[in-house]
Amino acid sequence: MISRRDFLQATVAASALWGASGVGNWSRLAAQQKLSQEKLLEFDKTGNVTLIHITDIHGQLVPIYFREPQINLGVGADQGLPPHVTGADFLKLFKIKPGTPEAYALTYLDFSALAKTYGKMGGLAHVATVIKAIRADRPDALLLDGGDTWHGSYTVLKTDGQDMVNVMNALKPDAMTSHWEFTLGKDRVNEIVKTLPFPFLGANIFDSEWEEPAYPPYKMFERGGSKIAVIGQAFPYLPIANPKWLFPGLSFGIRQDRMQAMVDEVKEKGADLVVLLSHNGFDVDRKMAKQVKGIDVILTGHTHDALPEPVMVGKTMLIASGSNGKFVTRLDLDVQDKQIKGFRHKLIPIFSDVIAPDAEVAALIEKQRAPYKKDLSEVLAHTGDLLYRRGNFNGTWDDLICNALIDQREADIAMSPGFRWGPSLIPGDAITREDLYNNTAMTYPQAYRSEMTGAQLKSIMEAVADNLFNPDPYYQQGGDMVRMGGMSYAIDVNQTAGKRISNMKLLKDGSPIEAGKSYTVAGWASVNEGTKGPAIWDVVEAWFKENPEVNIAPNKTVHVTGT
Amino acid sequence: MNLTRRDVMALGAGGAALAMLPLPASAADQAAIDAAIQKFTGGAKPKTSGVKLTAPEIAENGNTVPVEVEADGATEILVIAPNNPLPEVFKASFGPLSGGSSASTRIRLAGTQDLTAIAKMKDGSFAMAKRTVKVTIGGCGG
Repeated sequence: MISRRDFLQATVAASALWGASGVGNWSRLAAQQKLSQEKLLEFDKTGNVTLIHITDIHGQLVPIYFREPQINLGVGADQGLPPHVTGADFLKLFKIKPGTPEAYALTYLDFSALAKTYGKMGGLAHVATVIKAIRADRPDALLLDGGDTWHGSYTVLKTDGQDMVNVMNALKPDAMTSHWEFTLGKDRVNEIVKTLPFPFLGANIFDSEWEEPAYPPYKMFERGGSKIAVIGQAFPYLPIANPKWLFPGLSFGIRQDRMQAMVDEVKEKGADLVVLLSHNGFDVDRKMAKQVKGIDVILTGHTHDALPEPVMVGKTMLIASGSNGKFVTRLDLDVQDKQIKGFRHKLIPIFSDVIAPDAEVAALIEKQRAPYKKDLSEVLAHTGDLLYRRGNFNGTWDDLICNALIDQREADIAMSPGFRWGPSLIPGDAITREDLYNNTAMTYPQAYRSEMTGAQLKSIMEAVADNLFNPDPYYQQGGDMVRMGGMSYAIDVNQTAGKRISNMKLLKDGSPIEAGKSYTVAGWASVNEGTKGPAIWDVVEAWFKENPEVNIAPNKTVHVTGT
Repeated sequence: MNLTRRDVMALGAGGAALAMLPLPASAADQAAIDAAIQKFTGGAKPKTSGVKLTAPEIAENGNTVPVEVEADGATEILVIAPNNPLPEVFKASFGPLSGGSSASTRIRLAGTQDLTAIAKMKDGSFAMAKRTVKVTIGGCGG
């Protein structure tokens, strides 16, 4: 499949010349058929500085299944490079055997069967155990949270994010950055930020009226005799990808010149190590690493990639720590003379059946969930098939949502946004209200119903496609492709804007979508203020009442070329 | 010096004089744009360095896009948005009392396009810079 495998191996393995990463340990564990907390935490302490990275938790307090993407295409300079390597290619690239715990944690292959063998992953009480163990080994380790933390669950929605704030505070982060946090509303974010015992960083967040910084850009730390600057970068396209009326007066953007200025400023202040705590997304970070001089480590986020080894861009090390609490990265660095002289890296998989939950944090999580226990655990339906969302194109969770929209809202066509969050369920699982909210909870859930012409539909799909497949990552807006229900289409990802989508057909009668004809379209999560309609979770709950046994076959309605 | 945007705005016209130029043209009318450049440069070929054009990669609001132009030693900078109904969106003029040859304002963009800034230097030469600004629909952010 990959024509440039040798080149790829050079890209990631070059780091092994002067450091080491944890993938070797993993393989050995698999060979021994032994998976223990001790082995998962085993780490040969290195150097004088330890960074702990967790990101994109999306409100997941307790363990979940999360199937990694089958299709995750890179375009332009990123084509074929990690993280745009999936499945069997991923296993080959990182020398992982099929069927092993790491194959289950890092790829979609054989997911349902392996999920039954290896169990759920994540859970912040289990994460707490890992963080405490690392701090026992290196008491002044820095814990950095890449954001998308106060979002994505029933309890986040009911508590305006307070559940996550309470539990994360118990883990004692040293700094965080943000994205979905702002969908709680600017006032709520500021109310929380006032209470945080650590800085909420965003070098690229500005007051849009006066173009002045709205949040602190960085924080300097003294660790292991070194001065460490942690610069925060929030998701650049918040006011475009999410409803800007929720955070009026704030402007974001990539602001590469600002980032260079911040790096220069912290170096002037004596930083020995410059760390970028980023919610840019991996490809944006890769470009930023090439263009901004002087960043030592980028802790990437937003695109949910989990990579068992750092990716090197020149002298900059890019770390990808996954999502939903599935992984925690430990990165030990030997910082001398303002340089990284050596490192050791491990992407620690949080196997919740192997790592014991921390009792204190488990009790705190229980306290957040207790008032909602009955609502959370109510069974709404059962699934006969794997339900997952993540991937560039339609997944079964969104196909389910689109089916519900078409049936309940009497529409020809349904659209579900290309979100990356949303855990999975395996065949035979009950679908609880918690599971439904894990894939829908947000502050702008209205399910709209409107008339659109074929030409309008195509122009929306073209715009979203360019936001995903523009060859320059700085011009990508952030999400996966909008999921279409009731319609099939073809997409050539390597075409230019406006020319990627073709062969659009209405599924119910196979007729071509006509540019001038009007269609009834239902969707949800519009960024427009004043969108009318019932909340998406109410639409899907109503649909479950009529469809208590859910079967969603793999989607074959999107024909992808140009990969 | 560390001037904030607020200070720069307070300095106002003492720094730079902005003129909105009405010159109708149909969307992306290349001939009209070439003519506008020709009129400004008098046919001289602009250098590709020496002027800096700052704008967001993707506009947060196409109706009010912050744009900044800067060219050391410039007497005038013209900014063209080729797909706008009036492509010559503004011209900044710098007199001897100007603190520096930079100006910032907000412009409206009718869709994705390559903004062009052309600076006329004191020595009569010209410099040009381009920047693609995308105006797109919202939603669907990861």
